[in-house]
Amino acid sequence: MASTFPGLTIADARDGLETGKFSAHELAGDYISAIESAQNLNAYITETPESALSAAKQSDQRIKDGTARPLEGIPLGIKDLFCTDGVQTTAASRILEGFTPPYESFVTQNLWDAGAVMLGKTNLDEFAMGSSNGTSYFGAVENPWHRNNDDSALVPGGSSGGSATAVAAGLCTAATGTDTGGSIRQPASFCGVVGMKPTYGRCSRWGVVAFASSLDQAGPITRTVRDSAILLRHMAGFDPRDSTSVDCPVPDYEAALSKPLKGLKVGIPKEYRLDGMDEQVSKLWDQGVEWLVDAGMEPVEISLPNTAHALPVYYILAPAEASSNLARYDGVRYGNRADFDGDLDDMYEATRAEGFGDEVRRRILIGTYVLSAGYYDAYYLKAQKVRTLIAQDFAEAYKKVDVILTPTTPGAAFAIGEKQDDPIAMYLNDVFTVPASLAGIPGISVPAGLDNDGLPLGLQILGQSFDEETVFNVGAAIEARAGFSCNPGGSK
Amino acid sequence: MSLLQGNTGEWEMVIGLEVHAQVISNAKLFSGAATTFGAAPNSQVSLVDAAMPGMLPVINGVCVEQAVRTGLGLGAKINLVSVFDRKNYFYPDLPQGYQISQFTQPVVGEGVMVLDMEDGSQRNIGITRLHLEQDAGKSIHDQDPKATYVDLNRCGVALMEIVSEPDIRSPEEACAYLTKLRSIVRYLGTCDGNMEEGSMRADVNVSVRRPGEALGTRAEVKNVNSIRFVHQAIEFEAARQIELIEDGGEVAQETRLFDSVKCETRSMRSKEEAHDYRYFPDPDLLPLVLDAAWVEKLKADLPELPDEKCARFIADYGLSAYDAGILVAERETAEYFETAASGRDGKIAANWIGGELFRVLNDQGLDIGDSPVSADALGGLLDLISDGTLSNRLAKDVFEEMVASGKGAAIVVEEKGLKQITDTGAIEAEVDKVIASAPEQVEQFKSGNEKVIGWFVGKIMQATKGKANPGAVNEILRKKLSD
Repeated sequence: MASTFPGLTIADARDGLETGKFSAHELAGDYISAIESAQNLNAYITETPESALSAAKQSDQRIKDGTARPLEGIPLGIKDLFCTDGVQTTAASRILEGFTPPYESFVTQNLWDAGAVMLGKTNLDEFAMGSSNGTSYFGAVENPWHRNNDDSALVPGGSSGGSATAVAAGLCTAATGTDTGGSIRQPASFCGVVGMKPTYGRCSRWGVVAFASSLDQAGPITRTVRDSAILLRHMAGFDPRDSTSVDCPVPDYEAALSKPLKGLKVGIPKEYRLDGMDEQVSKLWDQGVEWLVDAGMEPVEISLPNTAHALPVYYILAPAEASSNLARYDGVRYGNRADFDGDLDDMYEATRAEGFGDEVRRRILIGTYVLSAGYYDAYYLKAQKVRTLIAQDFAEAYKKVDVILTPTTPGAAFAIGEKQDDPIAMYLNDVFTVPASLAGIPGISVPAGLDNDGLPLGLQILGQSFDEETVFNVGAAIEARAGFSCNPGGSK
Repeated sequence: MSLLQGNTGEWEMVIGLEVHAQVISNAKLFSGAATTFGAAPNSQVSLVDAAMPGMLPVINGVCVEQAVRTGLGLGAKINLVSVFDRKNYFYPDLPQGYQISQFTQPVVGEGVMVLDMEDGSQRNIGITRLHLEQDAGKSIHDQDPKATYVDLNRCGVALMEIVSEPDIRSPEEACAYLTKLRSIVRYLGTCDGNMEEGSMRADVNVSVRRPGEALGTRAEVKNVNSIRFVHQAIEFEAARQIELIEDGGEVAQETRLFDSVKCETRSMRSKEEAHDYRYFPDPDLLPLVLDAAWVEKLKADLPELPDEKCARFIADYGLSAYDAGILVAERETAEYFETAASGRDGKIAANWIGGELFRVLNDQGLDIGDSPVSADALGGLLDLISDGTLSNRLAKDVFEEMVASGKGAAIVVEEKGLKQITDTGAIEAEVDKVIASAPEQVEQFKSGNEKVIGWFVGKIMQATKGKANPGAVNEILRKKLSD
């Protein structure tokens, strides 16, 4: 391997840069080489080596001058859903191929202001719609993990599959993701890394290509819980340009990691124990409870009675919002316009038929349908009401417990192409992650063990709104006891 | 109620208006872009207006305040919680692919507008609602044989849509409603009411029915941009519908355009037949929640509106309802009047404004704000009348000179020597001269012909170039003739 820094965390890199063990320029250069030699994973859509090296040079100067900022010289991957000034931003869609925004998203601007360096834009499912990274116009991403004695390529999960793969394979120290129904947590679980979806409103959505506005939330994908805490602090913050951004101070999450957990209560929702649940997943979940008991926490069985409705509700509301959010991609002002014969409607039809892939079209159709006159009350309105009930379930539960522990996914990573023709099977991947998205509460996936095939499995910790600190803290307790090491050794 | 006579009997018109009024604000409803009329195409477009990926709307508080003030000015209910919805449809001048509007929960609810009709009657017109929404951009089809150009300057500008109940029964009522609405928003400073520039336009819903029967099918005439055109569109549309029904046809529920050149309405025959706008709450925006105390404060700070002002003018200045109505129609006119009438006879001031001043303004095509004679200057003239310096006749000459030169009344009087002669000695001398030169008329008077006195007055005024005080002339003349 080209990289001399395999599996470096943000914390490691920060220490190495501080102590002069290596320069930011060397660090960026090695990551650029690593990306170069891992093209088969297809983790990045756009690589930005030149600007990375020049930013790293400036970071070295600042470190030398003693004006280093908190993330000075830390090389990151940025999900290609964040608009980046002067750098192509595609949302993994043909319709935005070649689109270069003249503005920088709030979250990425915060990261650059903190000194971080961008290595490139990571791959994702088209418009963040998918759970396998198989819907990208720029091709599927491969998971760096493989089953024992089986070379078949596995999915990294989605939609932030490129980010999860890049972090797991050491193609960046950490990456940004976005989560609408599990798009940070599920790929993190599949790739053996840490994925945090903060509270809705914690990170501004300004400059993030919208999928479902009431659910979309940016968050970090990292190798450790500590890194997650470090990175979120520099992504979050109030932004008056996003009306749903919440004006609430961002604490020093890293500093809060050492708070004692003794006496805190962890809820175990009985409805998450699905019929026919994978025994390995179930065992790992029980193991997780034991770890937390070991950390001094008290397990409490809780009920989230509307859990079963979460997936159907999500697959009504998210497509409904998407069908409207994606109307702006019409070939009129930016992005691709297809060749067409005829009038304006023909232009729209040709452009959108050519520009959007199957899954995006499927969701636009579902969304258009559920908002149509005559169906609105039965689908959209009903789903909104059930969403409120789901949020109330959590509110009730948090009267009794401080956090909730669940598996992140029903199983480990599957083979590329395996569920691509079966949307329902694909949607079931989000069964444990979607309820928290609907409720807007924070959740983290922490790698907790390997299944019998040697693939990583994650546990999910859900917290109360704006209490990411406790979520990180409990995540760190699991991490410490799981002794998991992100080393996709089976990779070719 | 005005009924129309068809070939088969009488018909009643049923009219409802949806008025789009552009909010006066420096920035757009959900973006910081400017709203100046007539700027170079696409020069007032923010990233939000162009619907760039990842851009988000943020409500402009000024626009909300203007909508609430308008609602208060209309005496309508203010909804402390309202919701912005997306109205989805595709068009090149609608970059987002949806218009942000208010569908089920508007910011302003029901109200009533009282119309004072010319015949002295009053009509109550219900207001259904007022909501805030974004304007679309402009598609320009006539600059290229094949291409359509799009100007997004208007895109995202705040509009208030003010919807009336179908309570209007004649084109005159529709015009009175629009005039009053325009007057109120201009008093409030919430819309400039400029229909030519499109900052106020009306969609007119018209149907006809036999008096007392159920509502007929309505046609909607879109985007009518002057009060006169609204009148014409209603007249044409009602006549068209009556003829259609009397000939055995049926009115189609459709959208029509008003052609102001031919003075007729035409079906738009839109290709996109039945629109399904798929309204749903905009997830980028939180519900709009207003503080009751803030609304009360806005209410307390409202300026005096036309109805209150009219009542006050009648009570304080002794004006007729008609005169007061004319003076309060425009805030500027009312202010002009109050300045000119301050400490003076209100009726005389009203007569001068309604008569001489309006004539001059009409002739010169000027607004009262650009009047060549200021309110203070007119007041100065009125003072010279009341202290006897000028007769009414002289005052009119002085006024003309004030219009022409822009000088004050006193200066004109001084310069032109138009001062009324009240010196009895001077008048007596003139009277003596005329009496001496007209023995025949003196004889007529003495034999009882009272009317001949007018002939004497005319002669004396002629001789003094109108400057003699008419009262003094009369008095002296009678005394001398009776001697």
